[in-house]
Amino acid sequence: MPYIQNTENEQREMLRAIGVESIKDLFEPLPASTRLGRDLDIPVGMDEASLRRHMIELAKKNRPLGDGPSFLGAGRTRHYVPVIVDHLAGRSEFVTAYTPYQPEASQGSLQVFFEFQTMIAQITGMEIANSSVYDGASALAEAALMALSLQKVDRIVVSKASHPEDRDTLRTYLRNLDVELVEVPLKEGRTDLDATRKALEVGASALCFQSPNFLGILEDGAALTEIAHEAKALSIVSVHPLSLGVVAPPGDYDADIVVGDGQPLGCPPYLGGPAFGIFATREKFIRRLPGRIVGQTVDGQGRQGYVLTFQTREQHIRRDKATSNICTNNALMALRGAIYLAAMGERGFAAVAESCLVQAHAAARAITQVEGCSLLYDGQPFFCELAVQLPKKAKEVNRHLAKKGIQGGYDLGRFDPALDHAMLLAVTEVTSGDDVDRLVAALREL
Amino acid sequence: MHPDDRLLFEKSRPGMNAIEAPRPELPKGAESLDTASLLPAELRRQSATDLPAVGQLDLVRHYTRLSRKNFAISTTFYPLGSCTMKFNPLINETVVAEPGFADLHPYQNEDDIQGALGLVFELERYLAEISGLPHISLHPAAGAHGELTALMVIREHFRKIGEDDRRTVLIPDSAHGTNPASCTLCGFKTVELKSNEDGLVDIDDLKKKIEAAGPKGIAALMITNPNTLGLFERRIQEIAELIHSAGGKVYMDGANLNALMGISRPGDFGVDIMHFNLHKTFSTPHGTGGPGAGPIGVTDELEPYLPIPRVVKDGERFRFEENRPSSIGRTRAFVGNFGVMVRAYTYIRALGRAGIRRVGENAVLNANYLRVLLGKHMAVAHPRLCMHEFVLTARRLAKEHGVKATDLAKRLLDSGFHPPTIYFPLIVPEALMIEPTETESKSTLDAFAQAFGQIIEEAQKNPEKLHQAPTTTPVQRMDEVRAVKQPVLRWRRG
Amino acid sequence: MRPDDLRYLESHEWVRLQDGMATIGITDYAVEHLNDLVFLDLPSVGDEVTRGESFGEIESVKAVSELYSPVSGEVVEVNEPLKENLDQLAQDAFGGGWMIKVKASDPSELESLLDAAAYEKVLEKE
Repeated sequence: MPYIQNTENEQREMLRAIGVESIKDLFEPLPASTRLGRDLDIPVGMDEASLRRHMIELAKKNRPLGDGPSFLGAGRTRHYVPVIVDHLAGRSEFVTAYTPYQPEASQGSLQVFFEFQTMIAQITGMEIANSSVYDGASALAEAALMALSLQKVDRIVVSKASHPEDRDTLRTYLRNLDVELVEVPLKEGRTDLDATRKALEVGASALCFQSPNFLGILEDGAALTEIAHEAKALSIVSVHPLSLGVVAPPGDYDADIVVGDGQPLGCPPYLGGPAFGIFATREKFIRRLPGRIVGQTVDGQGRQGYVLTFQTREQHIRRDKATSNICTNNALMALRGAIYLAAMGERGFAAVAESCLVQAHAAARAITQVEGCSLLYDGQPFFCELAVQLPKKAKEVNRHLAKKGIQGGYDLGRFDPALDHAMLLAVTEVTSGDDVDRLVAALREL
Repeated sequence: MHPDDRLLFEKSRPGMNAIEAPRPELPKGAESLDTASLLPAELRRQSATDLPAVGQLDLVRHYTRLSRKNFAISTTFYPLGSCTMKFNPLINETVVAEPGFADLHPYQNEDDIQGALGLVFELERYLAEISGLPHISLHPAAGAHGELTALMVIREHFRKIGEDDRRTVLIPDSAHGTNPASCTLCGFKTVELKSNEDGLVDIDDLKKKIEAAGPKGIAALMITNPNTLGLFERRIQEIAELIHSAGGKVYMDGANLNALMGISRPGDFGVDIMHFNLHKTFSTPHGTGGPGAGPIGVTDELEPYLPIPRVVKDGERFRFEENRPSSIGRTRAFVGNFGVMVRAYTYIRALGRAGIRRVGENAVLNANYLRVLLGKHMAVAHPRLCMHEFVLTARRLAKEHGVKATDLAKRLLDSGFHPPTIYFPLIVPEALMIEPTETESKSTLDAFAQAFGQIIEEAQKNPEKLHQAPTTTPVQRMDEVRAVKQPVLRWRRG
Repeated sequence: MRPDDLRYLESHEWVRLQDGMATIGITDYAVEHLNDLVFLDLPSVGDEVTRGESFGEIESVKAVSELYSPVSGEVVEVNEPLKENLDQLAQDAFGGGWMIKVKASDPSELESLLDAAAYEKVLEKE
């Protein structure tokens, strides 16, 4: 077996050194009643060539998004991943290292995360960021927990326009902590400001909203943040990180915590994971921040270097009083995000975002020229996803598109049964003009 | 400082970028779009991001140089206790990059992802067989996330049967810090269990604490088996019976499952619920701190509470199931870390039933061999047969020569080895916790033991050398007090 | 020998009672064993503290220790400058290193605490 490197002779030598006769003797500490005593019911092993063939066969039973035009978004959007990301993030010194607890042996990872934290702070407009959490949904839950520990009001308000899976996650996390979770309704595809003000009247630790929201529409983040602050609640914003190339970042309108899913930054969609969770906030909240943080310092010789810092917040030291239970995070995916942002640079990052914005609006214009198709919330600002009203049920439309080799959009009937004649279409910089032409042609056939 | 070691931001030159950004390509009928007015002015970004502007070669060199400052399994023996730093087979990385796995969307039509759903379903079946727990959820993102999800399952179960007052969770003093942290997040109160002289759960203390929790107080025991001392809890069945007769559930932290695979199954020795670490036991890479995956396994009784979505099989077709009224809900978005599952599935298929048992056998063989070799130089906390890992104590060295576990660890770096886990478990003073894993060769273990022996000798003759270690790494010991007192958590334009 | 006008806890806090006012700090022994102190978290004036329960936390780079109150009562003064100058603890644990002053609600609580000699005995065992 190629993953075990001792010959039978060596194994015998080792057993002799230990002072036992056989491998079986090594398991003497296990009472007989705890032993399995039979073979596992798992297929026999495979050689590499057969295994590779088997895996390719399994992969072929799936239809990758890239096989044709695709308009599916709703939490995972397709973007171009520069080859430099795969090459550099695939280096085994990153892939096979552990969490950088020994700083002298991990300066590579530590500097990467210091730079990652900086770039996340730069794009969100916030003071500081941690070195990632699991995903956007759990980032939102962690942000709510952080707000609860800072503001100490057992109530969280969340916009119904936030991703349904994010809201589910938030609900699950809060369920066992005697915290009330209140959802604010929508008006014209955006969070209803009056209803928000009302929901916050009795106080809350935080107002959570997403911009662009689940329907693709950009929220009035400044107004929502102001409403939150009037009620002494923190403003927690979930972002699509690439939108920040063209859209005002939450830091510019005084948000307190910014979270999001980092998938658009150099991560393949992977059926939903892994990517990484973004978490940025104010420096004064540092002691309440969940997850790992890298700081710059010097060694005994005065040389600049990096360490994991403020570790007393974390579970391995503070145990039951830790700010979060998170240990392993999504570091390698965060590294992908860092390389992506560095490769794009200031100019490229803005250009990709601009591309998404332009392509999506161009697509909107082309699609709304089809009879029976219109924007669900015409006139509302959006980034790269558009909610489209259709002449037929979204389910039927998607079936028709599939026949034409097109991966359609997200059926909004799943979000709200009243919207079953609408779908959410994602259009990004990888959506070609030809893709949209094909979609439009197919929609005309309805 | 070498100029190539500077931060990206310090290498930035306005106007550079490593790749050309794609230009918008407009569909028919949209050529006349006024691109300047697509966003209202107040929603437009006005502030610069100030992201670095670096050319492609400079960027390649930047990250390549950084990677070389890391110790990694691919370059160095990395015997971190309780972390299972085993070889990460390369085939796993190749197959996961297939577009048929990487380029899939969680909301695609199920007919278009049958291969992926089938893989999830089969992987669940394999983990069920390995653990002896019939139902698996691959939803959680990491070990601690699995713990939290599992505790939520337990809480939901007690809520359902009208026993939500069960809030006490017993945790041995040798447990991982994530255990109590996860309990707090779930509204549970933790009570610490003492370990006995043998490093195992003290049964009398257990009985006392069960009684103290009251007749309907115990929710669960969180036990790690083998424990963090590398010892199998011999009386695990008796322990499980005590918990069960008090109405509680036995939760197992599966961080150390590597030692048991194919040999002993938690579901068979009384465990009701556990988590796995795919990034430890099933060879998916640690990736400098993640992503991992922390699936959980449960008994029939706890199955209704598992998180959504579940993957089920109808005839020959696989599908997601979300309509499960008793479920705790989601603890993250989407099905889970699918990219990690593909690697773990590939690993299990490569090994097969016999290979999996040999993992456990060789992990225990390597650990005991290294224990005997290192035991010649330093006291083993519990000097008898261990499982996948063992713990040394540098207590005497600290007392007699002023050399602490941390000094030994730093000096090992100078010998080209990654040090073991230190100062854990908390119950052993000056602890060094060593887990060689099954994938290391005898000659590597011999070389490590030799280097370790030399360091111990040096510690007695010339302790100062250890206090100054490491000297061969890119930086020496860092000023961690300064890092907290004068925090610099990001680069800023000077 | 440590000041014998003080009372001590086994968890290394000291208390001085004068006219119903309890001044609380931690001993030189505790400071020495918590090397590399980086952060001190204390209650605010007006907060209530309870005997035997935590009134704050002190952190070194890799450890956190709870601070336990020897008495119950209302916090009337907090040594705010100490938070910014933790070196004061090492220099003068029993003087300038005081942490909070509490209006003791039941001064008799002090009677069962350790005196200097008994505290020395505790240290010998550690």
